[in-house]
Amino acid sequence: MTNAHPRKVPTRRQLLTRIGTLAGSAALYQAMTSLGHAQGTDFTSSPVLSGAKRGTRVLVLGAGLAGMLSAYELRKAGYHVQVLEFQNRAGGRNISLRGGDTVTELGGATQKVSFASGNYINPGPWRIPYHHQGLLHYCREFGVELEPFVELNHNSWLHSSTAFDGKPVRYREFSADFHGFTAELLGKAIDQHKLDDMVSVDEQEHVMTAMRQWGCLDSNLNWTRGIISSETRGYEKALGGGINGAPVPSEPFARKDVMRSGLWTWLAFHERLDMQTTMFQPVGGMDMIGKGFNRQVHDLITLNCKVTSIHQDDRGVKVTYNDMSHGGAVREAEADYCVCTIPLPILSQLDVQVSAPLRAAIMAVPYASSVKLGLEFKRRFWEEDDQIYGGISFTDQPISQISYPSHGYFSRGPAVLLGGYMFGPAAYDFAGMTPQERIEHALTQGEVFHKQYRKEFSNGVSFAWSRVPWTMGCCSMWSEQARRTHYKALCTMDNRIVLAGEHASYVGCWQEGAILSALDAITQLHSRAQGAS
Amino acid sequence: MRKFLLFSIFAVPLLLVPVGPVQADSASSVVGQVQPLNTGEDVYRHVCQGCHMPDGKGAVGAGAQFPAFASNAKLQGSGYPVYVIMNGYGGMPWFSGTLKDDQIASVVNYIRTHFGNHYTDTVTPADVAAQRPAVQQKEQ
Repeated sequence: MTNAHPRKVPTRRQLLTRIGTLAGSAALYQAMTSLGHAQGTDFTSSPVLSGAKRGTRVLVLGAGLAGMLSAYELRKAGYHVQVLEFQNRAGGRNISLRGGDTVTELGGATQKVSFASGNYINPGPWRIPYHHQGLLHYCREFGVELEPFVELNHNSWLHSSTAFDGKPVRYREFSADFHGFTAELLGKAIDQHKLDDMVSVDEQEHVMTAMRQWGCLDSNLNWTRGIISSETRGYEKALGGGINGAPVPSEPFARKDVMRSGLWTWLAFHERLDMQTTMFQPVGGMDMIGKGFNRQVHDLITLNCKVTSIHQDDRGVKVTYNDMSHGGAVREAEADYCVCTIPLPILSQLDVQVSAPLRAAIMAVPYASSVKLGLEFKRRFWEEDDQIYGGISFTDQPISQISYPSHGYFSRGPAVLLGGYMFGPAAYDFAGMTPQERIEHALTQGEVFHKQYRKEFSNGVSFAWSRVPWTMGCCSMWSEQARRTHYKALCTMDNRIVLAGEHASYVGCWQEGAILSALDAITQLHSRAQGAS
Repeated sequence: MRKFLLFSIFAVPLLLVPVGPVQADSASSVVGQVQPLNTGEDVYRHVCQGCHMPDGKGAVGAGAQFPAFASNAKLQGSGYPVYVIMNGYGGMPWFSGTLKDDQIASVVNYIRTHFGNHYTDTVTPADVAAQRPAVQQKEQ
């Protein structure tokens, strides 16, 4: 894409290229870091693949992000590309559900989504870290509009059924108290010379100052009720105007309750690199990304193709599939090379002709179970009654969390929130329920936060990834042992076949993993094709 | 610490239990309360039936399946199901970290005496312990 408005100053990439050329890669890395790059995933730019041999055919299996990106870049490089997709839609796990959609899961349960027009839930990926530059690059290239996703909201709730009498506490109050009491303990330990053998006198001064300021302690190093502490944890009576405008400070929780609650784990959660601000979501639903990719390659995709075997020999690749648009008719597709993005729980059960190491790798990576629930309510009571605008409330109940929509603030009428999102044991449990049971449990558990839940509930949908026919699981779950033994084999081109998808990355379960893996796969394919006689 | 807690999920069901931060876009690094898993039926209902279905008949997806337990010759001996539950198989995760020996024994006994199966030999927690693999856990 050419820029209609040429810049007078160098772009960051031009600047980095110059630095790299002049000073070598160590300086380049340093410069990238100081310019804010090289902190997250290792995406730098889209690959420049050129000079494909005329007429070289590539068959891509799966029209998720990895498959569609492979098709897009390979066609650009001059390959003849064909994509086969099992579903009657492109996008893969990049999916949004709206009113009128139908969800049919393994076991036969069918749900009709009844959301009001304009409302949606993202049952798969739902947030994008700012450093997932590969995905963000293609969003920009394909014209996918993004908006902020609110991850951390100080006015959301934290709940443990065994702390604070089982009542939720505000993130803001808990966070302030946890930091305040921690600062108090450290500050007093130094003040009482209990850390003298660990901390030099000079450093003690700095730490004391830091604890006093960061922890908002009073002059006696106490985290206690007062204006200073209320400036972070909030007031009992808020600041006002006029005669009765004076605020009333709030009372911190008891220290032992704060420390034993375990709720500090949620403070740490938002600090993970993956969850740090700024996060993004596409305007209008996560599937706007899949649709953006699909706009580029829809003419290459054949839907409703159930692949049954993938064979290869010295001359090429032959894939057998059932054409489900035509009564399951058996058909064959041939190509010189194949990019296979079929999720491993499926691929591991197909007739796939690859070397023993790749075969073993395909068998070595199970998929996690995950369940999400989208609940529509008649009004935004979390905003109107509770002043919660986006963000997440966490609980130790099986639903794990409620996430409030990061869009449509202050609008009237029905809105959809994420009424539960779980992995692990709770996900196994919820996947085994009927859709009605899942909703019932989500409502009961959600009432801990919002007494309005039952009164305002309109309708809901659940999505159990282990019951999705086309993935039979949510996403890859690598053990340390499997990563050591099988990762390279899984990612390495096997004669004419190369795998791609989040499972073939270190960014598992994120869309960025699919992007980076696809770029690596097609780079290998291109180099193999160039080298082949 | 995490390694220890990973194996304690069902021992301390009312605490928040960190199980490692690696599941990328997971709900959290924390598993909350879990259902009591005191009997083979409990384990089956709350863990297995999400995939293998309440009637034990499994399911067929996109050219792949969750195997059925009815008329499944692989259940003739208890060793195979114990192995698969401990180590996982293909798309199925391993449960050596989340299920204790007695829970694995009881669910194997449950499966081998339900869904049309009538095996009379039982497997004990000690049998399961003997098969316990080297630690397998998600990357930390």
